Amino acid sequence: MKVAMTINGTSQQHEIEPRVLLVQFIREVAGLTGTNVGCDTTSCGTCTVLLDGESVKSCTILAVQADGAQITTIEGLAEPGTLHPMQEAFRENHALQCGFCTPGMVLAAVSLLQENAHPSEQEVRSALEGNLCRCTGYHNIVKAILAAADAAEVPA
Amino acid sequence: MSDIATTHATKGTIGENASRPDGGPKVRGEFAFSGDLWADGMLWGRTLRSPHPAARIIAIDIAAALRIPGVHAVVTAADLPASVNYGLEWRDQPVFATDVVRYVGEPVAAVAADHPEAARQACEAIDVQYEPQVPLLDPAEAAAAPPIHPDGNVFRQLTIRTGDPSARGPIVVEGAYEVGMQDQAFMGPEAGLAIPADDGGIDLIVSTQWLHNDRLQVAECLGLAPEKVRLSLGGVGGAFGAREDVSLQIHACLLAQRTARPIKIVYSREESFLGHVHRHPARIWMRHSAEADGRLVSFEARILLDGGAYRSSSYHVVANATCFSAGPYKVENALAEGIGVRTNNPPCGAMRGFGAVQVCFAHEAQMDKLAEACGVDPVEIRLRNALATGDRLLTGQVIEGTLPVARVIREAAALPLPPSPEIADPMTRPGGAGRTADAAHVRRGIGFAVGFKNLMYAEGYMDGSAARCRLSDGLATVTCAAAEVGQGFVTLAQQIARTVLGVEDVLLAPADTSIGSAGSSSASRQTWMSGGAVEKACQAVRAALLQHVADRHGIDPAQLTITDGRVTSTDARDSIDLAVADAAPGVVFEEEVEYHHRITHPLDDDGQGDAHVSLVCAAHRAVVDVDPDLGLIRVVQVATAQDVGRALNPLQVLGQIEGGIAQGLGLATMEELTLRNGRILNPSFTDYLIPTALDMPEVLATLVEEPEPGAPFGAKGVGEPPTISSTPAIVAALRAATGKALNRVPVRPQDIALGDGE
Amino acid sequence: MTILSPTSIDEAVAALADPAIQVLAGGTDFMVEVNAGHRRPDKVLSLRHIPELRTWEQLPARDDPAHVRLGATVTYTDMLQPDLAQLLPALAHAARTVGSPQIRNAGTIGGNLATASPAGDTLPVLAALEAVVEVASPLGVRDIPVATFITGPKRTALSPGELIVAVRLPLLDGHQEFRKIGVRNAMVIAVASLALAVDTRTRTVRCALGSVGPGPIRATEAEEWLAGTIDWDRPAATTEAPDLAYFGRLVAGAAQPIDDHRGTAAYRRHAIGVLAERAAAQAFGAGSAA
Repeated sequence: MKVAMTINGTSQQHEIEPRVLLVQFIREVAGLTGTNVGCDTTSCGTCTVLLDGESVKSCTILAVQADGAQITTIEGLAEPGTLHPMQEAFRENHALQCGFCTPGMVLAAVSLLQENAHPSEQEVRSALEGNLCRCTGYHNIVKAILAAADAAEVPA
Repeated sequence: MSDIATTHATKGTIGENASRPDGGPKVRGEFAFSGDLWADGMLWGRTLRSPHPAARIIAIDIAAALRIPGVHAVVTAADLPASVNYGLEWRDQPVFATDVVRYVGEPVAAVAADHPEAARQACEAIDVQYEPQVPLLDPAEAAAAPPIHPDGNVFRQLTIRTGDPSARGPIVVEGAYEVGMQDQAFMGPEAGLAIPADDGGIDLIVSTQWLHNDRLQVAECLGLAPEKVRLSLGGVGGAFGAREDVSLQIHACLLAQRTARPIKIVYSREESFLGHVHRHPARIWMRHSAEADGRLVSFEARILLDGGAYRSSSYHVVANATCFSAGPYKVENALAEGIGVRTNNPPCGAMRGFGAVQVCFAHEAQMDKLAEACGVDPVEIRLRNALATGDRLLTGQVIEGTLPVARVIREAAALPLPPSPEIADPMTRPGGAGRTADAAHVRRGIGFAVGFKNLMYAEGYMDGSAARCRLSDGLATVTCAAAEVGQGFVTLAQQIARTVLGVEDVLLAPADTSIGSAGSSSASRQTWMSGGAVEKACQAVRAALLQHVADRHGIDPAQLTITDGRVTSTDARDSIDLAVADAAPGVVFEEEVEYHHRITHPLDDDGQGDAHVSLVCAAHRAVVDVDPDLGLIRVVQVATAQDVGRALNPLQVLGQIEGGIAQGLGLATMEELTLRNGRILNPSFTDYLIPTALDMPEVLATLVEEPEPGAPFGAKGVGEPPTISSTPAIVAALRAATGKALNRVPVRPQDIALGDGE
Repeated sequence: MTILSPTSIDEAVAALADPAIQVLAGGTDFMVEVNAGHRRPDKVLSLRHIPELRTWEQLPARDDPAHVRLGATVTYTDMLQPDLAQLLPALAHAARTVGSPQIRNAGTIGGNLATASPAGDTLPVLAALEAVVEVASPLGVRDIPVATFITGPKRTALSPGELIVAVRLPLLDGHQEFRKIGVRNAMVIAVASLALAVDTRTRTVRCALGSVGPGPIRATEAEEWLAGTIDWDRPAATTEAPDLAYFGRLVAGAAQPIDDHRGTAAYRRHAIGVLAERAAAQAFGAGSAA
């Protein structure tokens, strides 16, 4: 089947097998391996991407279902060589160890701030409930997101 | 906190919160995890696993699998050119089952195909005829049962006898405890890429904890010289002990050898649960006796660990569980018996805390019982018995290094308590999003626990790590095969090099087998061992640089030092003041060293001996809110003081503490692989629950810095202590809130609500 | 595998003439089964691109009582939006307990019904509210009450060729809520769940249980007892509190729980009784909402 979608602003048109998952399309067809696969049961959140601006788990969406959609992956958050403020906050606050959950965490966090620019700590934690981390105990991740929200309050 | 100056002209040295060198790539999604690897002409490997806990294999027919389009190879035990067994410490585990299978999930065959779907179909098409046997599932029966393996059913039986075990104080407390099977549950499933090389060897890129041990096992099974098997570290998505044993390494390399094509294997989450070892489930009995004031008189323990079908690291888990069974307390008279057995359950091995976790749950429950029996405060009774430098362990070893047990107890107890249950948001009550509890249903409890264990390997193991340092015009390059699994060794390696050499630009060469072994990223050992190796290599380069400068100026190198990034002389008349980068233009200094810790010794027949290099301790105080009628839990706060020797990177230490507490909380309240007839019922993140951001409590941490003599920079490994005593502290808090005995972890809702398991 | 992505209900219904086709909505259950190899569809009908299924409306009040009609692909996130949540608070509570934000963005009310998992989070609410499922086929549209729609674990009354197009829920006048037990404080499958809805106009209490039987169970005896015990004409605070523990016991008696790796039957029965008592206390106890 032919599928066309925009990933990180680049049009991706490919002939694929219908069974291809969105995450497989992103990783194997578009070659963007920043989106990780930690499970296949929508439990871990490492495959989180933004689909038309909404955070979704790309392991349980068929690529065909995303036909015509705008996808943002971790690679699309910032221009090459620069960091999105959320990426910068994660790096600064030691919000990662092994880093496997990080792309999904960052996108879940970006999605949160789009809906709620000034979340409370509890709101941040609620927004992360679908993103598992096994290394950090989450505290530095929560700190990073709150820091990114704070930084965004400062007018440019 | 630290007695070492923390202001440096050179940024990012020891003691600072230096940033991770892999932080940028990781937040950008550019960091290459082992599952991201790709090679031209690559095939996909897949493993066929046993559905039976115990069965005889009558026949394996691979013909149908080979006929599936796209399938390039199907391999079984018969295809192994050399050794058919592997194992982390002892080669008792078949690469592929031959005549029998001994656990659900045991590899039986592997296939290579040009598409994962073809590989899946091929595995389904392999016809294995099994004759199921009655499995040996109860570890208590294993020692006396007919052997299920030629090596027998007992991995190790260790008895520690000291003083007069029949001595009795007036106060006696006794209890039986159980620990369920926890999984490391790292986020990045096992993955690797094996590439056949022109010289007949194999290049394997894999996520592992110990490149060189993997290499040896692959080489043995493939019949290759070790140097023909070249491993490099693929990006590792967490480890926690689960990547110490070989998983897909031999399968991938064999398929690559067979097909002459690169082979990629990536486990699914379910296969990951089947394909790596777990924390040993334990049944523990203990009896303590004490004087009326709570000072211990005698200690007895019987510890049964279910090692599952193969040995892995069971031998040493038994040692740790038994050696540290009394906890960080002084006791003159003891008899501790540990046994690890083989069953038809999934194999168990290393996980963060390694044997100390299981016994800590038991000895801390006992200390609380003792406190109650003596009418002494739980914190006070621990202080009265706290081990200290100069005391003897159960093994008779005199503690020569630092072990500030009393101090971690006092400092943890002194941390502020959270505000009393202020119940505004139902999401913060037990039950969370399920809105099960109203404010009136919640009770609060506080619990305390202390734990300890050794750093590094023990019992005479000749541990070492190799590192190379190269310095050229102010750019340092450090090479070490230590596996970065997320813990932040890469940050420390840079900090150490900067500190010793006074340069800021430190490159880290990829970790691979082109250099000597760094040992495993386990046992809280890399900061010490590979940190020590990097320090030593950098010191050698520094000496060479200073010698070079001294020669040029015709002075004694002993007069030269590196301070704030500059080479200067202690003798002002020399007027030498050179930036390190300019000190030897065009000259390349390169040194490779091996680092070893001091020698340890085996345990004798009474379990006595100087077996351990160094010890580390921590205390945890947990505050929990419980809904006793429903048995639901919310951990509100965990306060901890941890013996860190010296914090080389305080923020990274805190990351280890918070992450370790999350895993301790998991074991206390939710994490267990449940088995039925040897089969894991919940091999998924849907049903193997690990804490979410909403389960994690506030963490208060005090880093207790008493530099360890003999340790590089005085630093101790910090990864394991947070998982050891956090679990018993949380369960103690649950007991305080509910009055239930709670002798088993994880505590299930029915244990609290209905008193199950008592 | 082939995938059809119709853009209208009519197109979708026409496509369902093919008996081999399987309907894919949010995919949060369906695709997990595909990934696990438990479901191997040859033909898939994706509902993602049918905008009319993603809408909801409040039906005119001349329908007595007023209803809300939710299109089949209304998501859990949609149910949490304030305008809908204030009309159907118990449904919003249930939606909040589903998975995580990403799952709530994808999962749908129609999907929860069609999957008919014993642990389906919205199902007790739909059962308590006596929702009606609108099902379309080439023969037309028929209504199926939720009570008969779910016929067993993962089994429904849908006939081949039928598509869930909407769910209608009555707007009741009175307290309603949903409670769910999981071993973790978030993102967890229900071990037991309960929906309670009070309708002061009809003076009825509706109580439905999840994860303690093959499908949602109405605790009718308990409902009737409670409705008959409380004094509907006087505020709760002024009357003697009903014996809510007895209500809890009646509810527990209605459960048909089993042992599995998520919980024991005994715990489930106990817990559902506790939830019932607490929910009733919220509705009718001192300082209650009703």
